[in-house]
Order: sequence, then structure tokens, then C-alpha cells
Amino acid sequence: MNTPKKLADLAKTIRSKNAGTDKITFDIIFREKDTYDLVKRSKALTRESVCNVLGIDPERLTDFVEYDPANAIKFTILREQPSGSPGDGDIFGAQQYAPFLNLEVDITA
Amino acid sequence: MQSLKIICPNGHLGFAPLKTESFQLGVAAKPDFIAADSGSDDIGPVPLGSDTCASPKAWQRHDLEAMLLAARKAGVPMMIGSAGDTGTNSRVDMYIDMIREIATEHNLPPFKVGWFYSEIDKELVRGKIRSGSAVRGLDARDDLTEDVLDATDRIVAMAGVHPFLELLEAGCDVIIGGRSSDSAIFASAAMHKGFPEAQSYYLGKVLECASFCAEPYGAKETVLGEITPDAVDVTAMAPWQRCTIASVAGHAMYERSNPFHEFVAGGMLDMTNCHYDQASEKTTRVTGMEFVPADEFRVKLEGSGKIGERYVGMAGIRDPYTIANIDEVIAWARTQTEERFGKEGWELHYNVFGRNGIMGDMEPQIDRPSHELCIIVQGVAPTLEMAEEVTMTGTRQLFYARLPDVKGTAGGVSFIFDEVMQASPAYRWTINHTMAVDDPLELFPTHTAIIG
Repeated sequence: MNTPKKLADLAKTIRSKNAGTDKITFDIIFREKDTYDLVKRSKALTRESVCNVLGIDPERLTDFVEYDPANAIKFTILREQPSGSPGDGDIFGAQQYAPFLNLEVDITA
Repeated sequence: MQSLKIICPNGHLGFAPLKTESFQLGVAAKPDFIAADSGSDDIGPVPLGSDTCASPKAWQRHDLEAMLLAARKAGVPMMIGSAGDTGTNSRVDMYIDMIREIATEHNLPPFKVGWFYSEIDKELVRGKIRSGSAVRGLDARDDLTEDVLDATDRIVAMAGVHPFLELLEAGCDVIIGGRSSDSAIFASAAMHKGFPEAQSYYLGKVLECASFCAEPYGAKETVLGEITPDAVDVTAMAPWQRCTIASVAGHAMYERSNPFHEFVAGGMLDMTNCHYDQASEKTTRVTGMEFVPADEFRVKLEGSGKIGERYVGMAGIRDPYTIANIDEVIAWARTQTEERFGKEGWELHYNVFGRNGIMGDMEPQIDRPSHELCIIVQGVAPTLEMAEEVTMTGTRQLFYARLPDVKGTAGGVSFIFDEVMQASPAYRWTINHTMAVDDPLELFPTHTAIIG
């Protein structure tokens, strides 16, 4: 049987921020190594799944790293326009993480 | 020297004031240097393009005063990089003026100040392009063309440790830098005292955002970094914060696309094999960092170019039918603007808050708008007069949009006031590239003077 949990209930930090003028980077950080390993095993966060959540072409994903020293999964995308171009709704890229809060993680594995 | 201590009170000096209590605790720990970065490209392209600050003068002065008084009292150097948010020449001069004013006001004994500039002339970059030395694009950008260069108003080069080292060697007590890599400010202090590059750059990397490497979360608190020939210790100064393995390792990822590599002018800090230990309650020790020198010396350039003058309008919507047809409402307003001004030579941008104003096309809930929307309209055009009229048309015509089944025929949107507001001109980041240079100092002329 599946045991779905929300990412927000598992992670300590879920954030997004500019990485330079042309990229936004996302950090999902877990307090416990066990939880981090559980989420890694669940494959809820992969190159494919994060592109699906954001509805972006996989070519816009430039980095996807499982970063063990910080119990973190980190990925980075290219912006369509550089930050602060007119029409950009988030100059700092700081509010782009919200769709990941409710991401379902199957922790049965 | 067995070890060296640096405190950093603010991750972006001026953007919000430093917190005094933890700064004074940091000063009491007898640091060898007091340093902070004052710039960021997070603030968008407007400040660089228009040569203005994103930060209020009072906050910049507050932090410069706290740092200068503490540094002169302790007799240790004070170092600032990327003066005034952008690190342009005018921002460096402005900080030097502030240092002079604060010194006079407090009757400080004479000290030596040093500064360097980072702005570079477009013609220098054009010369590189024409000589066949490609100005390479970062982050999937194409190599720089002369067209993009022509569309650029101002360029700064990102200094590494080199101009800071030159000014430290000249015996400066206070250094104000133009645009600089955050980590280079701190790294140069450690390298000046003979510490190895890897540990020095790591020290800079971990200190540059001040208390963002500590937990619980809280910005603008002082942190202390101590370097030895093989380790960096980082300690939170705020009584309620700690530097933990999680907070320090977590900070290595902050604001960069990859947590393992930090590129600076002249090489790359490799954090792949970093090892983190909780040395004491508030201190984390980091070892295992490496530095890989670059084969070719390339300097990062940032450039901003003006698109046009800009006005902003706002409108609200409560009618669910209008909300469901918001794209038609916006299309109507665009069409009316086209009828007046033609199809080209102006821009209208609509952010529909309550639907996808923040995430745009990446919003997964775009089909579930809120029960009320706020539309922010930005109009951009070559002159102020035209930008105002474009924005007014693009905003007011939302009111007159012709939806076939709308019940509310007296006006389709709400206004909190029936006007549009002049905003900063619209700019765009035109340059995010690297350029090869022969001499690490050639783009960064240094100057010194005695104050007092």
C-alpha cells in the first residue's frame, strides 16, 4: 500500500532563489539523513518530476544534485527572461518553490 | 600567523541595517579584519543601468559608521566590496565620501584609505570582440555581439582578490571596492597573511552572507570566521544562533546553481570533498576544500541596458465571469493600445496576481484563479509621455473591455486610484559573460589617500 506524504511535512527547508541573473535555484533540505534518504529512494524528486511540476522543457533544467553533506536535493533552472526584466513577477526568484510544498512523496519504499 | 579571524556583520551592506548586538559581540572577539560585501545582482538591472542604489543612504551610512568606528578603535583593516549595491565608480566615490564624513564627525585619527574601480568602457569590450577574443556567455547565453553591447548602458567587471591584495600590500586601513566577488573580499585578507588559497576562498564563501550560514534563520547578524592553514571555523555571534553542520553545509548551496563549485577570477573553489565537524556548540569546522587555478584568466562582466521609460498601473477584478475571461480583457486593452500606437515601439506587461502573477507560465494552478485578482500593468516606451499614455491605455481599457455576457456594464475592473505611476525606467541584464584579460589588475585601477 502506498503511504503518500507531503514534501512540506518531510523537509526542513523548501526554498528558491536567484543563482545569478539568468537562473533560479531550488533547495529542498531535510533535517534527518533518514528522511533525506527516504525521499531520494521515493524518486518523487527527479529531473523529470521537477520539470513536470514547473511545466518546463527539460532543457531549462541545468543542474540536479543530491547533496549529501547538507541532506539536500538541489536543482536549478534557466529563466525565460533575465531577472528584473519588465514583467518579471519575482525579481529575486524567492517565491517559485510553492508548488513543491504539496508534492506527494510515497515513503513506502 | 597561526590563525586569522574575520567578522562579517552583513551579507549585503545597506540593503537592511546590521544588527548591533551580535556585531559588538563579534568586535569583542578581537577579529583581525572587519569586512562585508555591499552588492548583489539580485536587485535587478535598474540600479546598474541607471547608476543608482537599491539601498537607502541612511542604512549604508549606519553600517559603514558601525564598521569604521569599530575597525579604527581596534586598529584592524575594514574592507567593503561592491560598494553601493552595484559597485559602479559613482558608488565607490559615494562610499569614500561617507567614510570621510564619518571620520570628520568622530574626529578619527588619520588613516589610509584605498579604493578601486570596476566599471569598464564599452569600447574596451568591443576591442576584445573585434580582436577575436570571444566574450563568452554564461548560463546558456550566446557569446557577446556588438549589437548587444550597443544596447548596454553600463558594464562592471567582477574583481577577484587582486585589487584588494594590492591595497592591503599598500597598507590601507580601509578599503572600498568596486564590483567584486563576494568571497574575494575575505579571501584576500587571508591570502595577504599567507594562508592557502583553498581555505582563504572557503572562508570568503562561508562568511559573505553573514548569518545566512547560521540557524535558526535570521539575517544581518554577525558571524566570525577563523582560518588556519588547513581548516575554517565559523561561529555565530548572535546569542540565539549557532553555526551547525547543517546550516554551514546548507549555505554552500545558497544562491548558486551547484553546491560544489564556486568560480572566481583566477580559479575555482572546489567544495566536493569538504568535511564538516561540529567543533563546539556554536562553531562548525570545515576541512577538505580545494582550489583549482584557471588556465586562462577570465573576468566576469555584468551589463545593463535601458529598454525605455516606464509607468505602472493597477486594476482589481471581483466578477467571476470577468476573472474566467481575464485573457480576453487583457487582449482588448492591448488591441486598444495597438490602435493608438501601432504594433511596435512600445511594450505592455501584465502580471495577473491571484492567478499567475508570480510564477507566470510555470504556475501549475493557472486554471484555479482566486475569487479576486489584481492586475499590475507596466507600460514601456521611448519617452515618458508615451510610456504614460501606453500604460494609461493598457490599464483604463481593462475597464471598458467588451465581454459578451458580462452583467456589470458600468465598468469591468476596480481601481484604487484612477492614475498610473511613473516607475524607474525599464532595464534588462544584457551582459552576463566572461572576458579574457592578460593582467588580473588591468580592469581595476587602485587609488589611495590619507583621511584625517
